[in-house]
Amino acid sequence: MPRGMVSSWGNLVHADHELRRLASRHADFPQLPARCSVLPFGNGRSYGDSCLNVGGVLLEMRALDRFIAFDRETGVIACEAGVLLDELLAITVPAGWFVPVTPGTRFVTVGGAIANDVHGKNHHVAGTFGCHVRRFELLRSSGARLACSPTENPEWLAATIGGLGLTGVITWAEIQLRRIAGPWLDVETLRFGGLAEFFELCAQSDRDWEHTVAWIDCTRSPGSGLGRGLLQRANHLERGPVGHVDKASRAAARGLRVPFAPPVSLVNGPTLRAFNTFYYHRQRASRKKALQHYESFFYPLDGIRNWNRLYGPRGFYQYQCVVAPESGREAIAELLACVAASGQGSFLAVLKLFGAPASPGMLSFPMQGVTLALDFPNRGAKLARLFAQLDELVAAAGGRLYPAKDARMPGSLFRSGYPRWREFVPFIDPRHSSSFWRRVMAAE
Amino acid sequence: MRRILIIGATSAIAQAAARLWAARREALYLVGRDPARLESIAADLRIRGAARVDHAVMDATDIAAHAAVIERAASFLGGLDTVLIAHGTLSDQTACQESVARTLAEINLNGLSVVALLTLLGNRFEQQRSGTIAVICSVAGDRGRSSNYVYGSAKALVSAFLSGLRQRLHRTGVAVVTLKPGFVDTPMTAAFAKGVLWVAPARVAKGLVAAIDRGRPVAYLPGFWRPIMFLVRAIPERWFRTLKL
Repeated sequence: MPRGMVSSWGNLVHADHELRRLASRHADFPQLPARCSVLPFGNGRSYGDSCLNVGGVLLEMRALDRFIAFDRETGVIACEAGVLLDELLAITVPAGWFVPVTPGTRFVTVGGAIANDVHGKNHHVAGTFGCHVRRFELLRSSGARLACSPTENPEWLAATIGGLGLTGVITWAEIQLRRIAGPWLDVETLRFGGLAEFFELCAQSDRDWEHTVAWIDCTRSPGSGLGRGLLQRANHLERGPVGHVDKASRAAARGLRVPFAPPVSLVNGPTLRAFNTFYYHRQRASRKKALQHYESFFYPLDGIRNWNRLYGPRGFYQYQCVVAPESGREAIAELLACVAASGQGSFLAVLKLFGAPASPGMLSFPMQGVTLALDFPNRGAKLARLFAQLDELVAAAGGRLYPAKDARMPGSLFRSGYPRWREFVPFIDPRHSSSFWRRVMAAE
Repeated sequence: MRRILIIGATSAIAQAAARLWAARREALYLVGRDPARLESIAADLRIRGAARVDHAVMDATDIAAHAAVIERAASFLGGLDTVLIAHGTLSDQTACQESVARTLAEINLNGLSVVALLTLLGNRFEQQRSGTIAVICSVAGDRGRSSNYVYGSAKALVSAFLSGLRQRLHRTGVAVVTLKPGFVDTPMTAAFAKGVLWVAPARVAKGLVAAIDRGRPVAYLPGFWRPIMFLVRAIPERWFRTLKL
């Protein structure tokens, strides 16, 4: 049977896996070697080990890429779980429909978007991806097929949304799309000088803007611009395109790519500081308005294929946390100060306020509060020390880390951050497991 | 809008090609063995933009059924502009060596059933004096190799047949296209370890659709197989027999 080296987006682990493929949504659950666990594998865009199953089988899902039904009047689309958001948008955007929630890349599968209950820049109004899933089918290793919706098997729905592929195989899903007039967004970018200003701007913007997100310069120490950055806010354009088209969308269309991993990370101290300073000063005015294509607004990094290779052969970590709103402001300031003091600043630090919509999954990451995402080239022990400090701050602030981005969080932090894990365990399919799950469930 | 009949429509390469045609708003008629899969592929192609899609169930080795299915396709589509023959199985060489019945069954499916279809379609297209007949053969048909010569010889039969048909129909304006994919990562080849020569069905389909658009006589998919197979064919038999391929 076929085997292959598989790695996730962070390029931290390259591991030999036994591979199986599901050829269609009607196919039976595959035969597995005895005592071997299995994990469905979509497009491998999770950063750490939540999409890997070292020592076990990966069930490749990309061949399940058929559309099943699309109602152009109501915007309800049903498709197989291996369809990429990219493929979905190619069909729905010309018909005037957009995904209700999108992560920062369109190269994720629908099944992956559900299993990680992904979020986007519109969390404060739309909640997570799982909030818009009307129905899906879960194939269990026993051969049973469960239809899951808010009214059928709702407990399986709650376990499977954000369930990291552990409850079974999602074969197809039905999603409610969001009406759009066209591919364009009306985007404003505002400069802010510090965190206090960010929180004020964000609270203000979240009322009138569907999409808000901020980039923070995390190479700055307290007293020299800690927390300065740019806030982007956008709404889908109500009518067809007018005015100029953003240049970035053309760059994306040209299809830049990183053909191979350079021997060392190109993301290091000097390039980080230079990039962050350039990025902040790129915009002279305190406010800039532009019209942007959805591809350049939502997926700026998709324009550079394999950008993850820039971090070199040792790969990189992403650290994404969410902290509760009460303690959020202070915790974020402390986290940023901690990163700045370590001198291991992040390429793009992203800050966003999660809103009130409740996440549907038992293990969904988003909760009301502030989320911060940071990228770090893999520097071994030095970085592990910084992470340990950050973990303490996150735990103290009642926060948690995002499994889809994680390759190293201690089991204790997972269990304190996701108190519903005990409720989740009985829903795990007896044949399913993942490297992530074994790691966070291992006894301390 | 082109009216396209696809025989063996559930094959991975045919499906990928059908998606490209659907995006161009062509009309499609799908023929295959598995009704549930045909149904789901047809629904998918409608959503992807195909002007019209219908399907029929047929086992390609059921020669008696060919004429009626072709007729149904032509009447649903209002005529035929393009036919793609894509059905086949990758024979298990070792099993074939041990069984005459198995060997002949493989030759029947991959070779004779195609010849039967081409006989009917050749006459039909000769009369209408337009259109394109395309068949997925294989680089394996270019030379018999110990690892899969049963499959290879069936494909060689079809390649030679197509070459003759192409000459015969040339003056009528009908294009006959021989498609020769190399290693394609499909369910048919799921059990193989994949090297650098392996490509995705979508890439093969892109070349396939372009070859049909241009009416190219013989298209290697991808094109790098043309020089490779030129070299493979150039090896004298006295040395070729010593190789393990």
